[in-house]
This record gives sequence, structure tokens and C-alpha cells, in this order.
Amino acid sequence: MTTWHLILIASAATLALKLGGYLVPVGFLERERPARIADLLTVALLAALIVVQTLGAGQALVVDARVPALIVAAALYAIRAPFIVAVAAAAVVAAAIRAFG
Amino acid sequence: MEERPAGDDAAALTPDEAVDEAGERARAIRESVAVGVATAIYGISFGALSVAAGLDVWQTVFLSLVMFTGGSQFALVGVLAAGGAAAGGSAIATAAMLGIRNVVYGMRMKPLVGGSPARNVLAAWITIDESTAVALAQKLPGNARLGFWLTGAIVFVGWNLTTLAGALIGDAMGDTRAWGLDAAAGAAFLGLLWPRLKRFQAGAVAVGAAVVAAVVMPFVMPGLPVLIAALVALLVGWFDLFDRRRRA
Repeated sequence: MTTWHLILIASAATLALKLGGYLVPVGFLERERPARIADLLTVALLAALIVVQTLGAGQALVVDARVPALIVAAALYAIRAPFIVAVAAAAVVAAAIRAFG
Repeated sequence: MEERPAGDDAAALTPDEAVDEAGERARAIRESVAVGVATAIYGISFGALSVAAGLDVWQTVFLSLVMFTGGSQFALVGVLAAGGAAAGGSAIATAAMLGIRNVVYGMRMKPLVGGSPARNVLAAWITIDESTAVALAQKLPGNARLGFWLTGAIVFVGWNLTTLAGALIGDAMGDTRAWGLDAAAGAAFLGLLWPRLKRFQAGAVAVGAAVVAAVVMPFVMPGLPVLIAALVALLVGWFDLFDRRRRA
């Protein structure tokens, strides 16, 4: 599977899901349980992605410059800093630790 | 793409009292522009991270044009960055699962903005967290429609322009690790997660999923930890565990 294949399949899937909301009869996901699971699914996937991106190195778990970078980002979100500011700050922290650490 | 619409706001679409119509319309426009511009700007981080993950500029731009849902886009390139081509299946599955919430948004938006098939396709294309959130925050249906289309259009144009800019910057950077871009990915996911943590149940799921991902990581292929962690949401959501806001 080339990268283009991956991109085309994933894009087709997400676009089909968007269209699905306009095509399927109203009802199914408006029910409480499916709506709740759809909501929590987003939360679980994002939380797991944070762990993988911050601690993962292949299959190994490592603690490196990415951890303090994430902590700085969390502090910035806590004081309602904009997304782009927190993301840029995380990059700067990690880069600085690697350059001077 | 982060702001999450509150489900209860749908009821607010029916005007139950006299409202200042011109003021409400101006508010809808103001909110659309504010949310649209703020969201569009962080397309830069997606563009740069995507190139850092090994995609080329065209592939990156294609994702923003066609996939056009930030969470899924970040997830796809994030999983590929961690696991390479071998994690392709997991990358697709993660992106698709993060896109499931758009089905719910579409169902909520259809009565407001749907219509002919062409109109439905156009509306579906720009059905994202932000356009839905701004629409649901309006009191009058006309303003909800305005907010949806205006926010969607601003984010679409802006997100694609900034994606291209970010991809070109990332391309010029060379060693993206030295610039800390790998750390920026975790911060980006945290930014998407943050506004969703208002309820205790969501916080519990986030912690549970994070622990599961960390525990299984050494034992399974890159890409799979995220999918396994998604089971936490299925379990908690199915049985409605950790719900501190019991229904009256």
C-alpha cells in the first residue's frame, strides 16, 4: 500500500462518514448510547494518540524532551492560550532541550 | 478543530422570546469569523507535522482539501509518523473512527442546512466541529444557517492555505526533530482533547485510554495501541460508567 493509497482510502472513509449524516434517516445516532459512544470515542483516541506521540519510540516507551514540552503545552491550554501558541511552545521547548540539554 | 457543540443547544434554535434580530445576526457573523480564523491558523501545524511524518506537500494539501477534518488528519499522519507504512491499516482505522462524530454533526445539521443532493454534499464537506458548534450556538435558525456556512467557508479556505504554508515550511526545515516538531504533535492532540474534558466521564475515559495505550505499546505493532485504547470508550460508553451527572 503506497502513501497515496492510504490517503485516498482514509479520505474516502471520512468523507463517506460526513455524507452519512445527511443520508441516513435521522434517529440512530441521536439515541443516547450511540451518541455517547461516538463522543467518548473521540476522547479515547485523542488521549491514546497523546501517549503514543509523547512516549512512543517504535514499540518502546521513552521519556525525553517531548514530555516537558507536553507539560508546557498543558499549562498553556490551562490558561486558555490559543492552540497554535501551545503547539509552537511545545516545539520550542523540545528543540531547546535537545540543543542545550 | 476543537470546539464541541453542546447537545442541549439544539433546543435554543427555536426562538421563545423576542430577540434583537440585527444584533443576533451580527453576533453570528462575529462568532463565525472569530472561530473560523482561529481554527484556520493552526492548519500551519498540520502542514508541518504532515511533512515531518513523511508525506509530501501534495499529499498534505490533498488531505486538507478532501478529508478536511482536523482530528482525523492529525491522527493519520501521527500514526504514520510513529509506525511507518506498516501501520497504514491502523492509521486509516484511527482517522475513520475520529470521523464518526461527523455523522452525528451531519444528522443535527441536515434539517437546518440540507436540501438538494448537491447542497447536501457541500454541507457534508464542511461539516466539522467548528461549523456545527457555531450553528448550534445561534438562537434563530436563519443565523444558525449563516453561522454554519460562514464558519465552514472561512475554515475551509483558511485551513487549506495555512496547510500549504505549513507544508512548505516543514519541507524547508529538513530535520524536523531538531525543531521539536515531534513534540508539537502531542501538544496538538492535547489541544483537540482539552475542550472535550469538561465532564467527569470524558476525563475518566481519557485517563483510561492513555493508560491502556501505554501498557500495550511494547507488545503490539505501532498504530494498534490507539485502536485498543478506543475499547475504553466503547466499554464506558456502553454501560455509561463514571457518570457523575445522573439523569434526574
